[in-house]
Amino acid sequence: MFELIGVAPQALFGQLLLGLINGAFYAMLSLGLAVIFGLLNIINFTHGAQYMMGAFGSWLLLNYLGTPFWGALLIAPLIVAAVGMAIERVLLSRLYHLDHLYGLLLTYGVALVIEGLFRRFYGASGMPYANPIPGGANLGFMFLPYYRAFVVVASLAVCILVWLAIERSKLGSYLRAAIEKPDLVQAFGINVPRMITLTYGFGVGLAALAGVLAAPIYQVSPIMGSHLINVVFAVVVIGGLGSVAGSVVTGFGLGVVEGLTKVFYPEASSTVVFLVMAVVLTIRPGGLFGATR
Amino acid sequence: MSEQTALAISALHGYYGESHVLHGMELEVRAGEVVTLLGRNGAGKTTTLRAVMGLLRSRSGSVRVWGKETIGLRPDLVARLGVAFCPEDRGIFASLSVEENMLLPPVIAPGGMAVAEVYELFPRLLERRSSQGTKLSGGEQQMLAVARILRTGARILLLDEPTEGLAPVIVQQIGDLIRTLKDRGYTILLVEQNFHFASTVSDRHYVVEHGAVVEAFKNAELARNADRLTALLGV
Repeated sequence: MFELIGVAPQALFGQLLLGLINGAFYAMLSLGLAVIFGLLNIINFTHGAQYMMGAFGSWLLLNYLGTPFWGALLIAPLIVAAVGMAIERVLLSRLYHLDHLYGLLLTYGVALVIEGLFRRFYGASGMPYANPIPGGANLGFMFLPYYRAFVVVASLAVCILVWLAIERSKLGSYLRAAIEKPDLVQAFGINVPRMITLTYGFGVGLAALAGVLAAPIYQVSPIMGSHLINVVFAVVVIGGLGSVAGSVVTGFGLGVVEGLTKVFYPEASSTVVFLVMAVVLTIRPGGLFGATR
Repeated sequence: MSEQTALAISALHGYYGESHVLHGMELEVRAGEVVTLLGRNGAGKTTTLRAVMGLLRSRSGSVRVWGKETIGLRPDLVARLGVAFCPEDRGIFASLSVEENMLLPPVIAPGGMAVAEVYELFPRLLERRSSQGTKLSGGEQQMLAVARILRTGARILLLDEPTEGLAPVIVQQIGDLIRTLKDRGYTILLVEQNFHFASTVSDRHYVVEHGAVVEAFKNAELARNADRLTALLGV
């Protein structure tokens, strides 16, 4: 069969796995963006920088405090979320009554400042982070590194848990209600401004968690976020802004599409996502899963 | 108890952006009373309720809830003093099921009805509890909008045109409901266009025009004022 399509199984499945891994990061990042956009009405351009801060957080924790990967997996997202909540309180909260564009400009500026600071202290070249689960299994048709399998499973689990929390829990019903009619929810006695701060912290924490997971796979560098974020925004647009399930499915799906393109037509692999975006926007301007707003 | 003032509004001014909509509202609701705000469209009745809740941010003057000044408070803090709001559009959440809508408002004080008790009052909502909130009929949505605030322990209810757009038989049910709530000691400030309906449930009425109270009278005096009222409301 593989002879028929002229591709070695190792290459095909290798790229498929790489696609799933990229998809895992796309999914976690676009999930956070979707939740933030839903409640704050802000397109968070700082998201890539916050992903980078997660990766850097784990690197700094390891090199200065000796915190192992598994500790950083918990601590780094909490720290980055706390920084995010401070940014929301001090800066973003002043923009909610204005047009989307202002939030976009501000968060983009904040991203540049954060990346600039990290570049000033750590340079633009990447730093390696040791693989916490070395080794892998030979499946016959491909070699499966354990850590990469872990990343795919862990991020899928996180996405499903977040979806369940939003769609099935009491706290999630507050979130859905506040996305629809924030004024009325506040008039029922719920502190909506605090909920907004926590939601932003949560979305940012998810980005940082993706960053920690990414550290052992990619180089830890100040610009790692800005590389990824362009694709992630395309994913969000394709999935439909504000749709939680849509962002997860689209994230994994596009990762795989990208991986397969690398096998069959490598020249197009970095543009295929944007091609899909153009086609989807022509046919369904609200995105695959989104309602227009 | 019945002499205690639940809600006292004085010299209340309110603004939507540049336009000045409330021009010194003055009114008072005593504990256990049902009081109506009557008036034409755009007279400022809904705005008065929104100003009481703090949903209208640009406001000045005084709004006291159980004697406590609330003019500077956020809506959630006003709610926690025991005020619940049922908006004109009913405010049913499309992304929530009927039951989630019912359980959404948090309990803010002891003494609210138990969920089972609310469902006993509104058996139809129990039947449809897993439907999407906005799939209910208009009358059912209105019932849900009132039902969900009875759980919270709030004793002051602000009801904005609960009968609007509903069939006469449903309007009658809403009337029965308001009388039931009054018997249970709730304090109700009701916005209405329909003074025939208002006369079947209320103790007192205020007539609002251009963002201020122009007339106040007891329900018993309604017949005597009918001509004047007809002129004021343009009905």
